[in-house]
Amino acid sequence: MWKKLNKNTRKNAVTYLMLIAAYLIMSVLQKGGHLSNLISGMLVLLCVYAIMAVSLNLTVGVLGELSLGHAGFMCVGAFSSALFTQLTMNTGMNAGLRFFIAILTGIVVAAVFGILIGIPVLRLRGDYLAIVTLAFGEIIKNLCNVLFLGKDSNGIHVSMKDTMSLGMEADGIVIINGPQGITRTPKQATFFIGMLILLISLIIVLNLVHSRTGRAIMAIRDNRIAAESVGINVTKYKLLAFTVSAAIAGAAGALYAHNTSSLMATSAKFGYNMSIMFLVFVVLGGIGNMRGGVIAAVLLTVLPEVLRFADDKRMLIYAVVLILAMLWNWTPAARTFREKHSIRRMLAGRAGRQQKESGEAAATNKKEEM
Amino acid sequence: MRFLASLINGISLGSVYAIIALGYTMVYGIAKMLNFAHGDVIMVGAYAAFVMLNQIGLPVYVAIPVSMVVCTVLGLVIERFAYRPLRKAASPLAVLITAIGVSYLLQNLALLIFGANTRSFSSVVHLKSLRLFDGGIIITGEMIVNAVVCVAIMAGLTLFVNKTKQGQAMRAVSEDKGAAQLMGINANGTIALTFAIGAALAAVAGVLMCSSYPALTPYTGAMPGIKAFVAAVFGGIGSIPGAFIGGILLGVIEVLGKSYISSQLGDAIVFSVLIIVLLVKPTGILGKNIQEKV
Repeated sequence: MWKKLNKNTRKNAVTYLMLIAAYLIMSVLQKGGHLSNLISGMLVLLCVYAIMAVSLNLTVGVLGELSLGHAGFMCVGAFSSALFTQLTMNTGMNAGLRFFIAILTGIVVAAVFGILIGIPVLRLRGDYLAIVTLAFGEIIKNLCNVLFLGKDSNGIHVSMKDTMSLGMEADGIVIINGPQGITRTPKQATFFIGMLILLISLIIVLNLVHSRTGRAIMAIRDNRIAAESVGINVTKYKLLAFTVSAAIAGAAGALYAHNTSSLMATSAKFGYNMSIMFLVFVVLGGIGNMRGGVIAAVLLTVLPEVLRFADDKRMLIYAVVLILAMLWNWTPAARTFREKHSIRRMLAGRAGRQQKESGEAAATNKKEEM
Repeated sequence: MRFLASLINGISLGSVYAIIALGYTMVYGIAKMLNFAHGDVIMVGAYAAFVMLNQIGLPVYVAIPVSMVVCTVLGLVIERFAYRPLRKAASPLAVLITAIGVSYLLQNLALLIFGANTRSFSSVVHLKSLRLFDGGIIITGEMIVNAVVCVAIMAGLTLFVNKTKQGQAMRAVSEDKGAAQLMGINANGTIALTFAIGAALAAVAGVLMCSSYPALTPYTGAMPGIKAFVAAVFGGIGSIPGAFIGGILLGVIEVLGKSYISSQLGDAIVFSVLIIVLLVKPTGILGKNIQEKV
């Protein structure tokens, strides 16, 4: 039966099974007390990063546009969902339902921002998306740092100056406190929910990629003019992919917000550096390869913690790895070298050599592994 | 009065942006790549000058040329080993991501060598400040030097690109690389030359920037580099006068926005300008509309 399935279906099934197996193993280890506090504490964060890797991979690998502001979408999702949770905190709403709606809020708000950013920018060509998403991320971070929001019996007060200018009654509570952000959000995000969101986003993205829509998006990536000439609506499909990517980032943000007791829009958490880190996950996992991105996200987050790398050298190592991975994967010379010395070909021996011509033709179609 | 003071401050900041943007725009015009590491070359130039001026104690007229040479060599090395191998890569994203990697490499190397401490850079300008309106407006020597150097560089580059043989080669490679090569132009050499000029300008920008705003850290260059790119897009990327105009305008907008709207939202204002410009006129103020060939 396994053999009868479509090649892509099999590949996707392996990815899903890997995730489920990872979840089962980790929960069994956690129940049995075999996990150190360090690892247990990181489980949800790992899910957040893996979801971000999937999200960015959709933009970079499938849509073929570079986004340097994905942390901005995550920030939007985090703040909007935490805000929802805070606002509905004492209304007697069921905690589970509230968390569910909070995640949906994060997704919807991030998706709206994705559309807002996408409409002007996706019509442009070249490297503009990269720089505008970077700009967007910085704007969002800046705005979150000057935003004050409080609630009292009269309703919601918003200010851009300080808590005093909110002008609240005595019973008012400050929810977003400028640079201090949102504090005391209940820690509702569990490893199970994180894995569930990761699995759902993977299913959405992988199904999207292998659908008619996904093929249209990839056609635009590979040759925009040709895609346009066969009647593909370029702006529509680009916007679709970008919005889905932003929405997934929003879900990651919502998860993140409910995993931390103090949510602050600092550079270290939602700045340009984070966006680059997600990009490193995607590049290292293989651009366009969802499974690879998830694995890279987990490895690159766990290894430095476990091996106790000096934290200041981590970014240096990331930088070197990023450059080498790009050169190794994309330089025409390196590609030829790899094809000549591929282990698979050596194992195939003689038969492989005879099929060299056809093999090379297939290898030039570099996105085949998707 | 406050407006005039902000305006002058803005022109001074804008001059620095313009010098950086000139380097950006030249590289973009010829190599069609966004050199994300440009901002960090500025930082390297500033550190090189800092070491020579403050730690070794060399005079200014030695320190600045040497730091320009350091940056030029750095620019050439980056071009040769990180960007050139990827020039023929199938995806335009490849070289962009590599540039981000180089940017991070430079920042973190500087962090490793010089540490995260903020160094205070002593100004290289020793001119007296001008006091106008009984001290209501102060124009420092740095401001004057920034503006003068910026105009001089812009004029020099325009002459170089339009009047010399090498400049002609640059324009040819930028227009059509294949055809230029058929005419006997060394395309790789020309691109390398452009990177060298851009990096040398970055060193000048680094020294001027740190003279006006004396805090030097490994991350000093990153934000001005990105803003200078915004300036280059604003003025029309690929255009030398465009980079100049865009840089000055962006500096003025940033300072005015900081003093009249919100001091914390300076960066947000600059980036909103970029988004608005791209919406209204994607080619920038002086940009050419490029016809696409099928």
